[in-house]
Amino acid sequence: MDTFNLLLQGFSTALTPMNLMFACLGVLLGTAVGVLPGIGPAMAIALLLPLTYNLEPTSALIMFAGIYYGGMYGGSTTSILLNTPGESSTVITAIEGHKMAKAGRAAQALATAAIGSFVAGTIGTALLAAFAPLVVKFAVSLGPSSYLAIMVLGLLTVTAVLGASKLRGFASVGLGLAIGLVGMDPVTGQQRLVFGIPLLSDGLDIVVVAVAIFAVGEAFWIAAHLRRSKMSTIPVGQPWMGKQDWKRSWKPWLRGTALGFPFGAMPAGGAEVPTFLSYSVEKKLTKHPEEFGHGAIEGVAGPEAANNASAAGTLTPLLALGLPTNATAGVMLAALIQFGIQPGPLLFQNEPILVWGLIASLFIGNTLLLLINLPMAPLWARLLRIPRPYLYAGILFFATLGAYAVNLQAFDLVILLVLGALGFAMRRFGLPILPLIIGLILGPRIENQLRKAFQLSAGDISGLWSEPLAVGVYAVVALILAWPLVALAWRRFRPGEEAVQVPASLERDPHQSRL
Amino acid sequence: MRPMNALRAIAVAAGLAFAATGCGVTGGADAGKTSSAPAGPLTGLRIMVPNTPGGGYDTTARTAAKVMGDTKTATNVEVFNLAGAGGTVGLARLVNERGNKDLAMLMGLGVVGASYTNKSEAKLTATTPLARLIQEPGAIMVGKDSPYKTIDDLVKVWKEDPSKVSVGGGSSPGGPDHLLPMQLAKAVGIDPKKVNFVSFDGGGDLLPAILGNKVGFAASGAGEYLQQIKSGEVRVLATSGESRLEGVNAPTLKESKIDLVFTNWRGIVAPPGVSDADRDRIVDALTKMHASDEWKAALKTRGWSDAFITGNEFKTFLTDQDKRVADVLKELGLA
Repeated sequence: MDTFNLLLQGFSTALTPMNLMFACLGVLLGTAVGVLPGIGPAMAIALLLPLTYNLEPTSALIMFAGIYYGGMYGGSTTSILLNTPGESSTVITAIEGHKMAKAGRAAQALATAAIGSFVAGTIGTALLAAFAPLVVKFAVSLGPSSYLAIMVLGLLTVTAVLGASKLRGFASVGLGLAIGLVGMDPVTGQQRLVFGIPLLSDGLDIVVVAVAIFAVGEAFWIAAHLRRSKMSTIPVGQPWMGKQDWKRSWKPWLRGTALGFPFGAMPAGGAEVPTFLSYSVEKKLTKHPEEFGHGAIEGVAGPEAANNASAAGTLTPLLALGLPTNATAGVMLAALIQFGIQPGPLLFQNEPILVWGLIASLFIGNTLLLLINLPMAPLWARLLRIPRPYLYAGILFFATLGAYAVNLQAFDLVILLVLGALGFAMRRFGLPILPLIIGLILGPRIENQLRKAFQLSAGDISGLWSEPLAVGVYAVVALILAWPLVALAWRRFRPGEEAVQVPASLERDPHQSRL
Repeated sequence: MRPMNALRAIAVAAGLAFAATGCGVTGGADAGKTSSAPAGPLTGLRIMVPNTPGGGYDTTARTAAKVMGDTKTATNVEVFNLAGAGGTVGLARLVNERGNKDLAMLMGLGVVGASYTNKSEAKLTATTPLARLIQEPGAIMVGKDSPYKTIDDLVKVWKEDPSKVSVGGGSSPGGPDHLLPMQLAKAVGIDPKKVNFVSFDGGGDLLPAILGNKVGFAASGAGEYLQQIKSGEVRVLATSGESRLEGVNAPTLKESKIDLVFTNWRGIVAPPGVSDADRDRIVDALTKMHASDEWKAALKTRGWSDAFITGNEFKTFLTDQDKRVADVLKELGLA
């Protein structure tokens, strides 16, 4: 039987009323879990696991996959509406998405996120069905030097979000890197910046930091200025995407998918880095550079597609090799074992009904998510009509709940408040916030991969470019770094060309909250 | 009325959230089961998991809780997670709950190591040992293209220049996969400080490094790699248990003339200051659970080896483990 027949058979498994119900339940739960910062799909699945002992394995896995995809959808909602990323992979969405929401285009931002996720999820799932073994072979061949190169490329994204003042931008990156250092050194086991507090030795949770800096900082900022600015609600605008929005969204969706899928399949890829890359690619390629930083739809469409494609990518090594590449996949692996299914290279042959039923249910889950989320977009957008004091009270409530839910530790609330104060101070002194988050996410990974690369090559520096992919990526990095210089030289030799204008709108109003 | 609708949406979302978390808290408990066993089942036990949901300790605790409920040796066993600092946050809480007869903590070798690397004031030796449940021997593994065919090949090259042979493990320093190669190094006469240990983020991260021959060798539990071992892509040079591992064609370290027995184990301890009667009450329930067919079936599905010991035997074992771990980590400057 060829792949297509197997897939059709999978649909017949997935479309039984029972399994369809579990897919529905999964995507609904997933969306709820994604909306709440702190509770991620991994935790949701782990907590549901004991309740599924008596279920059909296929039904349970279909529900889990629904939760996973749903979480990826739901995370963007709070990013866009409340500037509070629900998951670390939707941090980037908040930049342009929340600006769009503030300009009355929340519905469009949510719609482009939903449709982009659908497109990416569907293409990603199709790639998973068609090329699983090939993709996995490539992804598994990568070692620390390739990862290091890719992370360095990701770090270049920082330059796209530095803001008007480079000095402040880099100060913010530095803060992020410092926060990323907190915890146990992964190589020697020595404690860094923990000040004798054992709760700090695992490092700070990215979600807690992001929620504190984004949401709590923003709430403090708004609270401090409410008396001075008049009480206004945010306009809601028209509910659907216009022709322009479609035109500007479809390419970022496809590019985001192309970036996200391979990252998901890589054992140390993750869903965050492709969203950074997608954002900077869209910023470079857009025909409306003046809108970036003020609500450009491309900046939502690309990263949202990237994080969903990476979710599909993650399932590839899980099904083809039994290799979990992130926490959610790890819990799903535990679920497979619980049902007495040995994941591994033989899974596709031994359990065709389960595997293809699961893949088919991913298509179905994606469609369900689109059907649920698209009509919801204008409804969600109405949230913003709530007067600000109440809206931000709600945001603070959810931020607190989310931060507490990550580890059920009261100590995380202290961290939330301390970092919230930092977020407020950063807004007060005009430091952009995103460089901090990117530094926080990438810093520890770059360190980890760099040291691994050196450890594996016994300290030999050639270990940094021992893999072909690493060399290729460094060439791209060099090209990107050299490009402005080349462009400058080009202009100098052709004085007739007009200089690139910096639109006046990019000069920011210091009293506006920043990202 | 629109803001009202929006508020209602928030309320629904919050409700869903509570429902989702609510499932978790009571997830391990088999609510509503009443028992008519003559001895009277254990009631009100709460098992703390010092790690995140879905991890090894968590699965063990939830499986044990379920089997205890199903076999009616205990009712309403509640499993909850208190993660942090490799388990030492949970350990500190347990030690603080002196005399609490309804609390127990699932733990294992990783927590012993973490209590030293994190310089925790609470030590496992302060707790009341209840029972060791399961164990898994470690395995010394290489990829199929590795030059090392036997453990002797490896040790010879490793001794020549320890820095040239990288050792991959799926845990952070202080964890089982770190302690195994360090104790192995000591056993074959290599200074543990010279071991080039590369910490990977669990089996999913380590496996590609073994397959791609990126690490000199890997030290980890064999359970996660059984498929690859069967298909021949991963070669096991030796296992570290008392006897050979079923289904794995490799000698033990002892057979290979290396004097080391190392197993990663999991067990249950209670807070300090629990009366003997209360301790025996829980130990009895665990003993009954261990004797049940359900537990045996669970061991088989999970691929765990039975290692049930209780009371003083477990206490001696725990003290010995604590000392061995402390010795190694002190030599490394980590304790």
